[in-house]
Amino acid sequence: MFDISYNKKFRSIASQFTLVLFLVVVFYYFINNAIINLDRIGITSGFDFLFSRAGYDAYSPFFKFTSDSLHIDAYFVGLLNTLSVSILGIFIATILGFIMGVLRLSNNWLVSKLVYLVVEFKRNVPVLIWIIIWYFGVFLQLPSAKKAINIYDSIFISNRGLYFPSPVFIEGSIAILIAFIGAIIINFFYVKRAKKIHIKTGKQSPIFLVSLLIIIGLPVVTYFITNQPIEWVVPELKGFNFKGGMALKPEFVALLMGLAVYTSAHIAEIVRAGILSVPKGQIEAGMSFNITRNQMMKMVVIPQALRLIIPPLTSQYLNLMKNSSLAVAVGYMDLTATTGGITLNQTGQAIECILMIMGTYLLLSLLISAIMNYINKKVQLVER
Amino acid sequence: MNKLQYKVGEHPNLPAPKTQGGIFKAIRNNLFSTWYDSIVTIILIYLLLSYLPMALDWLFFSADFFVDKRSQCTSGGACWGVITARFPQYLYGFYPPELYWRPNLASLLLLVALAPILYSKILYRKYFLMFSITYPLIAFWLLWGGFGLVPVESEKMGGLLLTLTLGVMGIALSLPIGILLALGRRSKMPAIRLFSTMFIELIRGVPMITLLFMATVLLPLFLPSDVIIDQLIRVIFIIVIFASAYMAEVIRGGLQSIRKGQYEASDVMGLSYWQSMSLIILPQALKISIPGIVNSFISLFKDTTLVIIVGMFDLLGVGRAALSNREWIGLANEVYMFIAIVFFVFCYLMSRYSLHLERRLSRSYK
Repeated sequence: MFDISYNKKFRSIASQFTLVLFLVVVFYYFINNAIINLDRIGITSGFDFLFSRAGYDAYSPFFKFTSDSLHIDAYFVGLLNTLSVSILGIFIATILGFIMGVLRLSNNWLVSKLVYLVVEFKRNVPVLIWIIIWYFGVFLQLPSAKKAINIYDSIFISNRGLYFPSPVFIEGSIAILIAFIGAIIINFFYVKRAKKIHIKTGKQSPIFLVSLLIIIGLPVVTYFITNQPIEWVVPELKGFNFKGGMALKPEFVALLMGLAVYTSAHIAEIVRAGILSVPKGQIEAGMSFNITRNQMMKMVVIPQALRLIIPPLTSQYLNLMKNSSLAVAVGYMDLTATTGGITLNQTGQAIECILMIMGTYLLLSLLISAIMNYINKKVQLVER
Repeated sequence: MNKLQYKVGEHPNLPAPKTQGGIFKAIRNNLFSTWYDSIVTIILIYLLLSYLPMALDWLFFSADFFVDKRSQCTSGGACWGVITARFPQYLYGFYPPELYWRPNLASLLLLVALAPILYSKILYRKYFLMFSITYPLIAFWLLWGGFGLVPVESEKMGGLLLTLTLGVMGIALSLPIGILLALGRRSKMPAIRLFSTMFIELIRGVPMITLLFMATVLLPLFLPSDVIIDQLIRVIFIIVIFASAYMAEVIRGGLQSIRKGQYEASDVMGLSYWQSMSLIILPQALKISIPGIVNSFISLFKDTTLVIIVGMFDLLGVGRAALSNREWIGLANEVYMFIAIVFFVFCYLMSRYSLHLERRLSRSYK
């Protein structure tokens, strides 16, 4: 007897059809309810609200944002704030993480145990708690602006944030830019030549030191030759706060530090695992070539460790970017706080706002993945 | 020293010189092997000796443990009164005090439910495991009430109770959903594969906060206005959804490491899809991915702190509420240190356990 319910193909099609039908029904149900509910509250869906006046203030270091700006401006303020804290955070976390990961493998028992304790403590406490500790436990407990910590009369640290002198470029400062670009070009040719010599004769030149000297030295020399064309605006205490100079808000620094510290601990573990994964035979083979410890790290250990480090590093970067949405906890105006927070509450356009921020985070995730995949391809073993 | 002459082969086995063995050698090799090592060691020891006593003094020796107000903290150390004075709140939130036995019993039963999962050598493991599977239901009944117990509103739950409830419920429910999603992503049916892949990637691409906003803001819009779902349930739902996407990827890694021969062998045996998965493939795949599963449990547990953003009072929320009280204002250091240590203890234990499992598994595979 032929029973169609035992047919593999029929079963496959039936189960897929059930899933699709289920999804369609659920979506229809949700959307129908949403239409009824929106109608009841009196909200017309659509993205027109983006071009109405926002009416709130947001910390925007990149472009002018006042309470007269539009909701779409608020979105871009949020996006730029998210991007800036994520990029800086990734930068700091990578450096801290690599340093801690290497120190964790130190021969010095005390160093490796201390770093172990630090890493484990950072790793096993939620990132939100770190952000809150940095904000409420560190920055808000700093002295007030009047009693700010004063470093050489130019950097001021208080509970209003970090204030730095800001450069003002006056006439003639273009020379420094030219010198900087020139230095990079000169350095490019120097490195090319040094490598050629290395291949030809085996002689090694101190590439790193010389490059550093050229790229930093040339602009600095130009700065003094052209009679110091950059002026510094030093922040000054006026009333309850500082005026002038560059400012880093405590919310920004707290979020940045919380994210960087937490992620750096995870990166440290990844780096340690990567370095440990390099087979001992590789290091012994390097030793038999009589190369120095630094050369061994640079030419044998790190290139092989990177292959294992990059993929999990990518997911840490993604986590950092996504965790930057915890800014709402300290009142930093990132994407989630502007479009997903105040704009949403003011306009009531919940569906549009949440779709916008989710879509943006998805795009940012894809962007980071794409960049890291490109880097990953470069370090992976090239096989025939 | 008198030089003794020995014939070849008659030299007695002498112990190594004192500086070349035992504790001296260990100290020299580990702390003073090079000149810069020695400098670093000395600086670190100096720093430890100068700051550790200060820290311990602040934490314990000159701290006030049991006080009712900040003004009673006079000894200059930490003021732990902010925690001890409302300790039940940190544990249970606003759960009715006369019903504390219910969360207590639930946490006791949690240990019983965890025992067969953590130790494989337990007696009558099968029956214990059956209890473990039904545990979420029992816990739900004990905490929320109903069916003969006085019902308790979910707003009353808070503190460590809420943190653990979210964590345990999330862990228990996200594992089966994660398994299904992982199987779906490797399915041969295009619609199911597409759905699972899109679901996993969409959830993994956005921060959990946006999903929590969805639960608090969007879900009421998508449901008829007379249907109101308890906020705690909505949040647990989101945590489960979020964690299951990550779990699915971990399990997919395990599934991919199972060799093709295993699939083919189970096909040859004439097993159906679900039989071959549950009897052959999944037991092996899950065993390989256990360390990864525990790691995603740890991050799930840490992510439960995010619920304070949608206005729930977990451990962190209770601490912040205590800090906003006039009597305890300005004790941020004590409160956050306490909360950080509680989370550290839980997560550290879990990560040590995962490490232990990893070692045991790698041993059995060699």
